[in-house]
Amino acid sequence: MDSGFAGAGLDPRPRLSRDAAMLGGMALLLAAVAALWMFQGLGQGNRSFLLGLRGAKLAALVTVAVAGGVSTILFQTVAANRVLTPSIMGFDALYVLLQSGLVVALGGAGFVGLPPAAKFTAEVAAMTALAALLFGTLLLKGARDLPKMILTGVILGVLFRSVSGFLGRVLDPNEFAVVQSVSFASFNRVDVTLLPWAVAATALAVAAAWRMSAILDVLALGRDPAVSLGLRHRAAVLAVLTLVAVLVSVSTALVGPVAFFGLILAGLAHGLMRTSRHALLLPAAGLSGAILLVGGQWLFERLLSQAATLSVVVEFAGGLFFLFLLLKGRIR
Amino acid sequence: MRPLPVLGAALLALMLVSVSVGAAQVDLRTILSDHRAMLVVLESRLPRTVAVVLTGAALSVAGVLIQALVRNRFVGPDTSGTAEGAALGLLAVTILWPASPLWLRMIAASAAAMATTALFLAVVRRLPVREVMLVPIAGLVLSGVLGSVVTFVGWQSDLMQYVGTWLMSGEFSGVISGRYELLWFAGIAAALAWFSADRFAILGLGDGVATGLGLSTAAVMRLGLAVVSIVTAMVVTTVGMIPFVGLVVPNLVARIMGDNLRTSLPVVALAGAVLVLACDLAGRLVIRPYEVPAGLILGILGAVLFLWLLHRRPAHG
Amino acid sequence: MIQIDGVSHRIGGAPILHDISTRLPQGKLTALIGPNGAGKSTLLRLVGRLEPLQAGRITVAGHDVATTPTDRLARVMAILGQQTAIASRLRLSELVAFGRWPHHKGRPGSVDRAKVTEALDAFALTPLAGRFLDEVSGGQAQRAHIAMAVAQDTDWLLLDEPLNNLDMAHARALMRRLRAMVDGGRSVGMVVHEINYAAAWADHVIAMKNGRVVAQGPAGSVLTEDLLSDLYDTPIQIGEHRGRPLVLHHC
Repeated sequence: MDSGFAGAGLDPRPRLSRDAAMLGGMALLLAAVAALWMFQGLGQGNRSFLLGLRGAKLAALVTVAVAGGVSTILFQTVAANRVLTPSIMGFDALYVLLQSGLVVALGGAGFVGLPPAAKFTAEVAAMTALAALLFGTLLLKGARDLPKMILTGVILGVLFRSVSGFLGRVLDPNEFAVVQSVSFASFNRVDVTLLPWAVAATALAVAAAWRMSAILDVLALGRDPAVSLGLRHRAAVLAVLTLVAVLVSVSTALVGPVAFFGLILAGLAHGLMRTSRHALLLPAAGLSGAILLVGGQWLFERLLSQAATLSVVVEFAGGLFFLFLLLKGRIR
Repeated sequence: MRPLPVLGAALLALMLVSVSVGAAQVDLRTILSDHRAMLVVLESRLPRTVAVVLTGAALSVAGVLIQALVRNRFVGPDTSGTAEGAALGLLAVTILWPASPLWLRMIAASAAAMATTALFLAVVRRLPVREVMLVPIAGLVLSGVLGSVVTFVGWQSDLMQYVGTWLMSGEFSGVISGRYELLWFAGIAAALAWFSADRFAILGLGDGVATGLGLSTAAVMRLGLAVVSIVTAMVVTTVGMIPFVGLVVPNLVARIMGDNLRTSLPVVALAGAVLVLACDLAGRLVIRPYEVPAGLILGILGAVLFLWLLHRRPAHG
Repeated sequence: MIQIDGVSHRIGGAPILHDISTRLPQGKLTALIGPNGAGKSTLLRLVGRLEPLQAGRITVAGHDVATTPTDRLARVMAILGQQTAIASRLRLSELVAFGRWPHHKGRPGSVDRAKVTEALDAFALTPLAGRFLDEVSGGQAQRAHIAMAVAQDTDWLLLDEPLNNLDMAHARALMRRLRAMVDGGRSVGMVVHEINYAAAWADHVIAMKNGRVVAQGPAGSVLTEDLLSDLYDTPIQIGEHRGRPLVLHHC
């Protein structure tokens, strides 16, 4: 991460070192929190079993955090707006709908019987295509009237959730909890069978995003300046949306929908970094997310014995943050 | 074609169908001689039909009022934090005084709904004036935040089951005689609003105009707030919140009839009743003998209608 | 030369431009004038491929706007649309530095740094270089945007109402700067609202009304009392000041 990406900035060196130091500090903090998570209160029992369990959960938490932070920054960049998250725009609802839709289309028994990896891959692929199509259209057409675009996305999310609830009811009329179970995230019940695939998909998508940093910097200027500078705007938007779709699929598959979490991470990243260069913003968002989630889960699960509540607290804080931004006039 | 008689006829027809559709076979022609069928109709079918009609009508009227209060067409009682407020009130009274009588719960739900709706109004007043679309976004997010509080408290106090039925069912299958009568309060509150229809219409024109015409905006605001809160609280308590009715129906009616509330409010009420009843019927028929909650169907239909309203070419203004 | 042939355009069904054919000559400062809603901005945005072309053909220095890769076009022309707020929190120097992006694609060299310094200097922005965009005035931000387009260092520079937000001194400085660029061999096309800037500085004028070109030619031949009174539907007199026309419309 040298100063080769100084696409912005006349002389970025002094600030770069400050921001790099900040990233280094965050990495150290994450290492400390992760160590705390792994080894605190390990006891004398079956250590290797417990360590394996904790390790898997740590990996899941970090994956979800990185996916949430990076996908939010990416989405805000293509929307040229600082207050959107993919979830506010209905991305995760689309994924949930897709899951139930695939069960209906391909037959319950057959699809559910597939190995999880194949199922997950199919879902991510379908999600990517659909999301690029839908949100690509929405973003490319709706750029003129941002609030209307946001409202459309929010309502699409409601629509997706209702349709998946409907499909759930039709598939299994005795299942009264369908709507509830998909309405809330839980950092507590993580689907471990998917973990290796989720980690791999996230790593690939994040690496691809980081390689696009310079293009993302230009994209963030908004459509007109980006086109004027010769960026192939439409192709870039679709490429970024593809990455967002992969990341949101991973995160939703692991823990369920989280609407406002990414907003906090993006806000933190922009607040902590004194630059708008994505080469630094993306790692900052991922790191702050990982610290928050691992630290928060440790606090709630081990100290307060309230494993289930972290997601609710995160949503509450994120929602309040959004309202705060709204009232401050930052959403326009 | 005048909307009032057409909607009235449609509502009557749907009510007849509603009374005759259900798990048990009932033949309306022989009902007077069939004691068992009579019991089914009086104890279950008729109460359910009435409950649906009251809910649809009252929620639609509440929608008109909240839209007049915030002067924005894209909000409804389900996206203003009102329903979540009612649920919070119910939760509080259930936890603090589990054996509380029904009237106390009603008051608690209505009062809390009023408080959260007032909060929404306060938020709206601080938004930049020109940004029409920010108002519904603020409402949706406020609802989400309040909803997460409700969920949290529900979780902690093991009352999630209730929270589920209040906020996300919108289901009439549990309605029988003796368990829906609260909805009459909603109906009465909505009917009261009609007597002040002119005031709400003027309120919708803006503070300046209202004051210029000598209207005390604060009093009208309080009345509107009370009606919206009572209607929502009763619906939440009895059948659970029904999405989009209060948002979509006023818009559709205003497109045809304009905003002269004295003539349009009855049409709004009828149209809301027809819409919810049609959705409830569809929910009863689609996977017989099982049911899909009317709220779920409205979630789909309402969202589609809303997207259409949002993206159509503006017809007026 | 920018050649425009048979261009028509609709936005949401409403016709904005009707079969426009005109050209912006090479090595000249061309001003697009006309009343509100004439279609000037739309035409400029079509030339700058900010809007997709619906009908007709536009070439910039021989490059067909519809078919030439956009990054190639970015080295031929720079276009500045009417300024909108930028979501990223950028320093002025960082914004101007983006003007070099078409040349280095993320890896700036010493030439790029030199051009940025030059552009900042040319628009008197050097003292403000470290400030964030949301910390400077509207006029200062506008100058930074123009500096960014200038730093792009292209043969063609297209500006949509660049004088917005600029005070008299800075507006004059900008026009002088553009004049110097044109005298140095570049070509400039701009939408101008205040007619006297066109009168004082433009070589070539294209007058538009209701989506049509109503007059075009050397400034002296277009800026006449009859034509302008017709164009703006308001009585206009023309005086003379230092050998250039001066449009009088305040009495």
